[in-house]
Amino acid sequence: MRFCWFNLMPWPDLPDNFREESNSVWVDIPQKYFDPRRANAVYHEYMDQLEFADACGFDGIGVNEHHQNGYGIMPSPNLIAAGLARRTSRAAICVIGNSIALYNPPIRVAEEFAMLDVISGGRLVAGFPVGTPMDTNFCYGQIPALTRDKYLEAHELIMRAWHEDEPFAFDGKYNQLRYVNCWPKPIQRPNPPIYVPGGGSVETWDFCLDNDYNYSYLSFSGYKAGKMLMDGYWNRVAERGKDLSPYRASFAQVICTAESDAQAEELYSEHILYFYNRCLHVDPRFADPPGYRTIKTIKAGALSQLRESRQKAFAELTWKNLVEGGYVIAGGPDTVRERMEDMIKGLRIGMVFGLFQMGDMPDWKVRINTQLFAEKVMPQLRNMWPEYAGDDRWWIHPMEDRVQPEATFAERLRQERP
Amino acid sequence: MRTYDITTRLGLQGKVRQYGDSGPAVVYFHGVSGLFAEEPFLEHLADSGYTVHAPQWPGYGEEPTEDRLMDMQDFALHGWDVVDAIGAHTGDKPHVMGLDFGAMIAAEMACLAPRDLSKLVLIGPLGLWLDAHPIADLFATLPYEFPRLLFADADLGTSLMTGGFNFEDPKAIEAFMISNSRRLGTAGKVLFPIPNRRLSKRLYRLCAPTLLAWGAEDRFIAPQHFAPAWKALVPHATVVEVPEAGHLVTLERPEQLAVQVAAFLDH
Repeated sequence: MRFCWFNLMPWPDLPDNFREESNSVWVDIPQKYFDPRRANAVYHEYMDQLEFADACGFDGIGVNEHHQNGYGIMPSPNLIAAGLARRTSRAAICVIGNSIALYNPPIRVAEEFAMLDVISGGRLVAGFPVGTPMDTNFCYGQIPALTRDKYLEAHELIMRAWHEDEPFAFDGKYNQLRYVNCWPKPIQRPNPPIYVPGGGSVETWDFCLDNDYNYSYLSFSGYKAGKMLMDGYWNRVAERGKDLSPYRASFAQVICTAESDAQAEELYSEHILYFYNRCLHVDPRFADPPGYRTIKTIKAGALSQLRESRQKAFAELTWKNLVEGGYVIAGGPDTVRERMEDMIKGLRIGMVFGLFQMGDMPDWKVRINTQLFAEKVMPQLRNMWPEYAGDDRWWIHPMEDRVQPEATFAERLRQERP
Repeated sequence: MRTYDITTRLGLQGKVRQYGDSGPAVVYFHGVSGLFAEEPFLEHLADSGYTVHAPQWPGYGEEPTEDRLMDMQDFALHGWDVVDAIGAHTGDKPHVMGLDFGAMIAAEMACLAPRDLSKLVLIGPLGLWLDAHPIADLFATLPYEFPRLLFADADLGTSLMTGGFNFEDPKAIEAFMISNSRRLGTAGKVLFPIPNRRLSKRLYRLCAPTLLAWGAEDRFIAPQHFAPAWKALVPHATVVEVPEAGHLVTLERPEQLAVQVAAFLDH
């Protein structure tokens, strides 16, 4: 079982009355809330936390891409990943990922991911999201009905750029390049492990299975709500005659670990509520531009944000709702371990993207959460899939003799703590 | 009214509604909302002595969106292919007419082949963009918001658009989402994110007599801003506004609009 410590990088200063004051946390979020001078400390704090997670023994540290978004101040995850590649030496650098339909030309992603893989010594996990409507269509102006087609072409171009050893011409519908010659190339051959984050599009399952990519279901609704969708995914895996290795799938989960259940609520409740009540205040107008989802997916019932009641539901969630509903796995180490086992077995996943920093959670609490989980929970969950112990098809294969940072965060920690 | 099938030279199949069976041919390209069950404006125009052909745009029916039509050039050429398939090209040149999205296509067609049509009628046309007067974002409009945007009388609009559709019913919403996804998904290829595919660079080529018709209370593409913009680029155009009508003047004041359009075509 693998664990990736994931940071969304939320903006921590949205006011109490954000929902009333603002139309949406995403796309048209009011500029008045962003303070670049404050962000200086915020970015460093978040990057320190990712390095801390590496030092604590997490298998991966994760970042992602959002635009004009109050819960993700990371339009370029590659910049953050580049910093992490220099200051860590062990954990996988999971960029989940680059919205490849947005890069013009997408060869840029092949190049930057190759750079990250090389700098990190072969530790890159490369994520290829189709992209949310908010990011892809409303912020970056891509035509909804053509987004998936453009994504597929970008994917083909990037994979060919990594795999082929001679320059080639690429005459696509959206990209025409006379000389494709990716330089540098990634260390991991033929390519780094590919993860495709999805929100429930049926087409994405088949795309992952066609290419043997990891399917990562990223939602904030937790493992109980995710069960139906993941069951659908596994049914599809079986229908396609693929093996049922849990490492084919990942899931994002909010995790709050404390010394006891009561302490978890005391420590984390306000920050988790900040996330669910403020950060998920997305105008439903931006959730579903016609043409983005295929008719097949609409018919599969994957749309739900449309109804205003759904939006209001996030605003009214309480800590009790969140914990009981499985949105958040919270409590003392034993409780968290039990819930994690339910999730891992229930969803049949080999990798968890753990969200340990949420909303406006201060650094010291993030570190308690992270360290307690790493020391008291993670070791007991390692052997959840003994029958697949050697399955590293969806994992990094770093160089043995890669360059080690002169003083990693881990070493400094050891020096500071006699 | 009768419906018949066509196949274009490219091989695209489609349905065409025909209103009237005598008089000069008018080819009408529907708006973003597609053809409504009742098109009273087209009926009135047929009664005035025209044969109105109203093709359904590929992607607006049950079939999946047409991958071969990707951009405005494809759309304009398809428009002419449809005119050919209808047979309206033989004999007298047809009149070409369209509403918003259909008007944008009709204008592109007329720029591409300015001598292949008799007269051009653009009703509440899309195609121009004014920074000072941004057009509402159709792609970020919730179902229940459409009637107020598209009709002067929103209550009347709700009943005309939906036929008693209940926006609180999840099943009804799903049905609406599917049809809206088909329509706007297709139209989005030339309308998203900004409904401007540089038509303004080509409008100088228009030589057919042109009518610009608007519902005077159009809140979607306001005539007080957009009529002058069109007029500046097509100086020979005639502008008419139909009072007490919003953007979907074809539904809200069909008879008054038909009178104006027939007067222009008869002239």
